Amino acid sequence: MLGLNKKDTNLLLVVLALTMLAPFILNPFPTDSGLAQFNAGYPDLMQRFAIFGIFAIGFNILFGLTGYLSFGHAAFLGVGSYSAVWMFKLLSMNILPAIILSVIIAGLFALVIGYVSLRRSGIYFSILTLAFAQMSFALAYSVLTPVTNGETGLQLTLSDPRILGSSAAADGSIPVTNLFGLEMRSAWDMAVGPWTFTFSAGYYFCAIVLLVAFYLSIRIFRSPFGMMLRAIKSNQTRLNYTGLNPKPYTLAAFVISGMYAGLAGGLMAAMDPLAGAERMQWTASGEVVLMTILGGAGTLIGPVLGAGMIKYFENILSKINESVLHGWFAFMPDGLEDFFVAIVYPFVGKGWHLTLGILFMLVVIFLPGGLVEGGQRIGAAFRRKGKKAGGAEAEAAKQQPGE
Amino acid sequence: MDAILLQILNGLDKGSAYALIALGLTLIFGTLGVVNFAHGALFMIGAFCAVTLQRLLSLSHQVEVPGQVDFLGNPLMADVPYVTDWFGEATGNAIIDWSVPLAILLTIPVMLLVGYVMERGLIKHFYKRPHADQILVTFGLAIVLQEIVKYYYGANPIQTPAPEALSGVAQVLPGVVYPIWRIVYFCFAALIISGVFAFLQFTTFGMVVRAGMADRETVGLLGIDIDKRFTFMFGLAAAVAGLAGVMYGPINAPNYHMGMDFLVLSFVVVVVGGMGSLPGAVLAGFLLGILESFASTTWATTTLPGINQIIIYLVAIIILLTRPRGLMGRKGVMED
Amino acid sequence: MGILEVKGVNKRFGGLQALGDVNLSVEENTVHAIIGPNGAGKSTLLNCLVGKLIPDSGSVSFAGQSVLGRTPHEINQMGISRVFQTPEIFGDLTVYENTMIPCFARRDGTFKLNAIGSVGSQTDIRDQAMAMLEDVNMADKADVHAASLSRGDKRRLEMAMCLAQEPKMLLLDEPTAGMARADTNNTIDLLREIKEKRDITIAIIEHDMHVVFSLAERITVLAQGTPLVEDTPENIKGHPKVQEAYLGGHG
Repeated sequence: MLGLNKKDTNLLLVVLALTMLAPFILNPFPTDSGLAQFNAGYPDLMQRFAIFGIFAIGFNILFGLTGYLSFGHAAFLGVGSYSAVWMFKLLSMNILPAIILSVIIAGLFALVIGYVSLRRSGIYFSILTLAFAQMSFALAYSVLTPVTNGETGLQLTLSDPRILGSSAAADGSIPVTNLFGLEMRSAWDMAVGPWTFTFSAGYYFCAIVLLVAFYLSIRIFRSPFGMMLRAIKSNQTRLNYTGLNPKPYTLAAFVISGMYAGLAGGLMAAMDPLAGAERMQWTASGEVVLMTILGGAGTLIGPVLGAGMIKYFENILSKINESVLHGWFAFMPDGLEDFFVAIVYPFVGKGWHLTLGILFMLVVIFLPGGLVEGGQRIGAAFRRKGKKAGGAEAEAAKQQPGE
Repeated sequence: MDAILLQILNGLDKGSAYALIALGLTLIFGTLGVVNFAHGALFMIGAFCAVTLQRLLSLSHQVEVPGQVDFLGNPLMADVPYVTDWFGEATGNAIIDWSVPLAILLTIPVMLLVGYVMERGLIKHFYKRPHADQILVTFGLAIVLQEIVKYYYGANPIQTPAPEALSGVAQVLPGVVYPIWRIVYFCFAALIISGVFAFLQFTTFGMVVRAGMADRETVGLLGIDIDKRFTFMFGLAAAVAGLAGVMYGPINAPNYHMGMDFLVLSFVVVVVGGMGSLPGAVLAGFLLGILESFASTTWATTTLPGINQIIIYLVAIIILLTRPRGLMGRKGVMED
Repeated sequence: MGILEVKGVNKRFGGLQALGDVNLSVEENTVHAIIGPNGAGKSTLLNCLVGKLIPDSGSVSFAGQSVLGRTPHEINQMGISRVFQTPEIFGDLTVYENTMIPCFARRDGTFKLNAIGSVGSQTDIRDQAMAMLEDVNMADKADVHAASLSRGDKRRLEMAMCLAQEPKMLLLDEPTAGMARADTNNTIDLLREIKEKRDITIAIIEHDMHVVFSLAERITVLAQGTPLVEDTPENIKGHPKVQEAYLGGHG
């Protein structure tokens, strides 16, 4: 289907099902139960899953296929956000032109930075991209304030021209982002017994873009171009002496992944029309590296899983504070309760980064293929026991790079 | 003329920190071939050694102040540090006052131990893995280390003042005043740097390490157990970073992410100096510190707005593109 | 006029004259060996031919066109395929993919952005690659990751990759260095077979006399960066200058 082989089609269908049913899947706990805080099925978070999924898919096209580790990809995301907000300010609140511009501008930006950075490889490449991103960040904060609005960040105002739209909505407020009239913030609640499921226009738009982005990445992985990129990672000398020029291949990969980042940035602005320089900081670049590696660099589904996992942790783990923990361990005798709370507490709430850091180190040390490799190993262990690992999730976990 | 001198002086303290961190990074890269993204975290741990010692020395118990009562009529209580009990009022307070320099004594064993544990427990398994894996695992470690520090010390900067006698400013030249502690920091850095170089130059141990940096395999063939020495080098590099951090506290109050802030710049310094070149790292550290200070002058920022923010990166990009081996790097060290 | 013409090539590294006034002409469809003791400048010469080094002076032309100033991939596209001392292959890719890449290079040139079409639908490329693998008896290993091949198979795969481009000239850099005698003989047989099946020029840079005398039709002896003699194997064997170069002092 769609020019994919059976395995890839299945994978795409799994992702399709997961994204479309996300409001159900991510809200397994009744709204009033104590576990409701683990529900992730609210629009804001689901949008972030999709957006960072796109960001990580794009990063993976560069890092997973060519092995070039960029530490400055957040710069493209930031540029995408700024471009989109400017479109909202100048043109209209329709998100389509804004997102298209984000992708184009981020692509151009990536072309320039990539052209220069790709003259070096290995750690020098990483440091060059890092330097460019930090420069962009510093400039966005200071000199480029007329474009970026500096520390405050770029926001919409009532005095923006919006030549194809209106400066202010009928009620005098700033108009909201929409897709040909469909407001991105509009949502519809469905109550089923004790559960409440929220369907948001914004989320579904992001999910569809994610699906398209994911589909394109499968095509790239399976194309001759993708094969050349893997060849670059494997042995550049041989590629050179086989009459192929690695430079344009890596540059194309860099620009494509920059455009993915721009798309993510544009979507971010489309969901919440503001843009700040901190989106470009190198820690933000580090985050997408974490996502991709955690999920499994070079695999198709890995980056999406990694992005989902980190964003889930960020939002859910960080909400767990001391009183929540005491609630959990309340069934224990007092001393034991305090003991367990004391042990768990550093890893949750404000300390969730610690969990992330440890998890990330464990993955790099023991599972260089990320969660996907972990899934494969578990799958293999089950098969050895004579059981057939069936079902869609196992299929997704088995997803391998290459053929 | 005075203005130029002042800018050079201003650049020296930051330059000293860059140079010390870059020196450690280069030691690790040159000897072990490992790109250590956790080096900034070591700098930060050093700074928190000073915080820890300061807190330990200030541990106090409460005593009644004779003859005084608070507004409720209860006896007034005052905190009395244990050290004043033990060493007498004057000596005790002096010890607390001098806690930052004293922390050097704590930092050295702590950092050697941290370095040893890090190398034996983690880094040694990554010698044969690609540089990207080394970057990633040490990046993860840096996050873990800084989160641990954040958990125990909180997210806010903690003041670690310089001793009374060394705070304030000094007249370095007619019309030019300069904070004393920064002079101290520069001298301290110069001392450590000379110490490291002397150690590498004049001891047999250092000679073997230098030979190992040049050609690890051959030295291994001579039957010298280079690994043990390299473990020690990692400890040494960690100690240098820690010492750079411990004395930096009075210049910038330590916070948990100070390491990350310095790390990015220190890598740039290493690259500019030349990957694997110790003198290059030191030279580039000072040069970039001074350059940054010049770029921050009003003249520079009005001529080229924002130049102070980006000058170091700009230099790094230019160097990497035109002379990838850096100012003093050997030809062929990761040059492509 | 040979297919590869090297005229008056000089190359210095600091104080060392690596190549001094090298003249060399390789006739089309012959096997031409360049031999010489260690440090004679064989590798330097080879690197000048493939674009990795640029000579200080002199000219190198292939099939009537100058190769100087061209990058390795451009020179490869002109028709020179290089086989390395230790096989350079794409270890992370399968044997089949390894063989497809040179087929793409031949069809599409140095760069083509084909990011949407699937490799599976490139029937012509797949057929060519499979035919090549059958040719070198590796079709059964098509789905094996190249890194897990034996050393002999890696060499065979590398040759297959070079031949898949249908080059005018095959350039071999000590193809048997470090090999056991049996493997060396296999390589010699493989090269003979290659030569018999098609019109191709082969230039071998080699240290091992056994290989050279088994294959070469012309031999150039290089010593201290300059060609001593060029002749047929029979005449080279007893040549006093050659014996001097190998046995006298520099050996």
